Amino acid sequence: MTHHTLNPFAFGAINPEEETKMTIQTPIAAPVARKLKNTLSAVALAALSLGALPFVAQPVAAESLLNVSYDPTRELYREVNEAFSAWWVAQGNEAPNLEVSHGGSGSQSRAVVDGLKAQVVTLALAGDIDRIAKAGQLPEDWQSKLPHNSSPYTSTIVFLVREGNPKGLKDWGDLVADGVEVITPNPKTSGGARWNYLAAWAWAEKNGQDPKEFVGKLYKNVPVLDSAARGSTTTFAQNGIGDVLLAWENEAYLALKELGEDQFDIVVPSISVLAEPPVAIVDANIESDAQRKLAEAYLNFLYTPEGQAIVFKNFYRGWDASKANPEDVARFPQLELVDIASLGGWAKVQPEHFADGGIFDQIYVPE
Amino acid sequence: MGRPFIHRSSMPGLGLSMGITLTMLSLIVLLPIGALLLKGANYGLAGMWETVNRERVWTALFLSFRLSLFAAVFNLVFGVLLAWVLVRYQFWGRRILDAAVDLPFALPTAVAGISLTALYAPRGFFGQMAAEIGWKIAYTQWGIFIALVFVGLPFVTRTVQPVIEEIEREVEEASATLGASRLYTLRHVIWPMLTPAALTGFALALARAVGEYGSVIFIAGNIPLVTEIAPLLIIIQLEEFNYDAAAAIGIAMLLISFAMLLVINLIQVWSRRRIGYV
Repeated sequence: MTHHTLNPFAFGAINPEEETKMTIQTPIAAPVARKLKNTLSAVALAALSLGALPFVAQPVAAESLLNVSYDPTRELYREVNEAFSAWWVAQGNEAPNLEVSHGGSGSQSRAVVDGLKAQVVTLALAGDIDRIAKAGQLPEDWQSKLPHNSSPYTSTIVFLVREGNPKGLKDWGDLVADGVEVITPNPKTSGGARWNYLAAWAWAEKNGQDPKEFVGKLYKNVPVLDSAARGSTTTFAQNGIGDVLLAWENEAYLALKELGEDQFDIVVPSISVLAEPPVAIVDANIESDAQRKLAEAYLNFLYTPEGQAIVFKNFYRGWDASKANPEDVARFPQLELVDIASLGGWAKVQPEHFADGGIFDQIYVPE
Repeated sequence: MGRPFIHRSSMPGLGLSMGITLTMLSLIVLLPIGALLLKGANYGLAGMWETVNRERVWTALFLSFRLSLFAAVFNLVFGVLLAWVLVRYQFWGRRILDAAVDLPFALPTAVAGISLTALYAPRGFFGQMAAEIGWKIAYTQWGIFIALVFVGLPFVTRTVQPVIEEIEREVEEASATLGASRLYTLRHVIWPMLTPAALTGFALALARAVGEYGSVIFIAGNIPLVTEIAPLLIIIQLEEFNYDAAAAIGIAMLLISFAMLLVINLIQVWSRRRIGYV
């Protein structure tokens, strides 16, 4: 704040005489045109000052990177950024200015399409990056640019139940029983929740049940449909609603760590999904070669043994455990994992299940 | 020649202030609404009607407007009462209470929503008491109602408060000396003076409640056809990049809100005429 010394005489205190003079100076029947001209110039002035704002606010971007990510990766990227910065500096570069934005995967993707200048996206679903590609901001074949379908880590969906599993929930089939309350977010607004839904679908298909009827019954047991995964975790853990939370494996472990291992248990179902949260560079938002180099190094770092160690530590399933703490690796149970390709791929699954009037909507409003 | 486009006034600065006003109003209010209407126009009336004319959308619209109306009525009664107490009585903690009225304005709506949910969830402080008599508050329509009452409360109180402050004691005393009972004075002297401000506050609280998303979303439960509010439907359409359908529901809400505000304004005009006040 700058401080002005207020001088009542110098500062616009119009004395009565002056005021009268001013009024007289303007002809009584002042032409409307002149008033309009004044108005217009004021409009122009205001518009100009508003337009100038973004240019003024633009930072002098030397080596900065905005990573637009989804909700549950907060802890992961906090640690990745620290490690990467140190590594980048050790390579003889200046310390980069790394920023991460978190939110629902879908709305994050929309923000980038609408002009959020993200150089790197690390989202929950390939479909969310496909949308950005469709808007022309990165090539359609982005997923082939990095190893493992551009997914440096994978995760799956598990059950988080109350201590001792009082309702004896072992597998997906137990969730549709009468009186079992299941907490899961709305798959229409939460990327993670689509995996929950699809995992249930996959189980029903493999166990000879009508999958449509099965997920219908399952969602009838959902008393609260939060809009995002973290909201559901709060509903289940803090507000004490429900018997089981369908959660990302990493969220479930995080909840155990943060909220106390004596309150919840993790139950691993017989079948779940192989969620591959992908990463990509948004070419349209890369401003210079130096920034591209930084962005590429950042994403590649996720695949290095050091990066993978951080991935394991944050309860994601990595690919390369060579430098990871063995304890971090050993805690992941083995189970049958179904990937999106075997369900038909996102291009088919998305419109069929989650579009307006799709199978999910039909659970509530039968066609 | 007709009337001049802008009436001259002896106050200087009309051109500048008018220019700034028009620019700001256009940029901040008219442009977004114009864009919304344009989006709807591109979609076409038939498409919009098809989007809106579905059980789920009607249910959500009915839920949103019904609960907003209830909350606004509740706020009308208790907001006026609160304003009255704050102005007319001296008691310990009055200033603190007065300041607390603004809290719903200041608190981020998400914070309000999460706090209310934590309090009213079955495990929360109030939720536990309610559960004992078999009531559920959070994740039902009651929860939505409470959130809407919370966000709308300051509107009525803050519009009515200055009017109560302005009422001269002499008016009531005159009424009393002329033989009116206290209740009569309240009904025929005080209430008519408060009506216009109270209605304005009511309209503001209603308008705010209809569009409220941030706080409601946490306490609502969001079950389709049961506790799904109309703004959530808009968000859902946006998630699918279905901008047309989102605009259609937005326009439907705009039209209903407009109609409601129009009715409130007409009542206001009518009440002012009846009282012959301003």
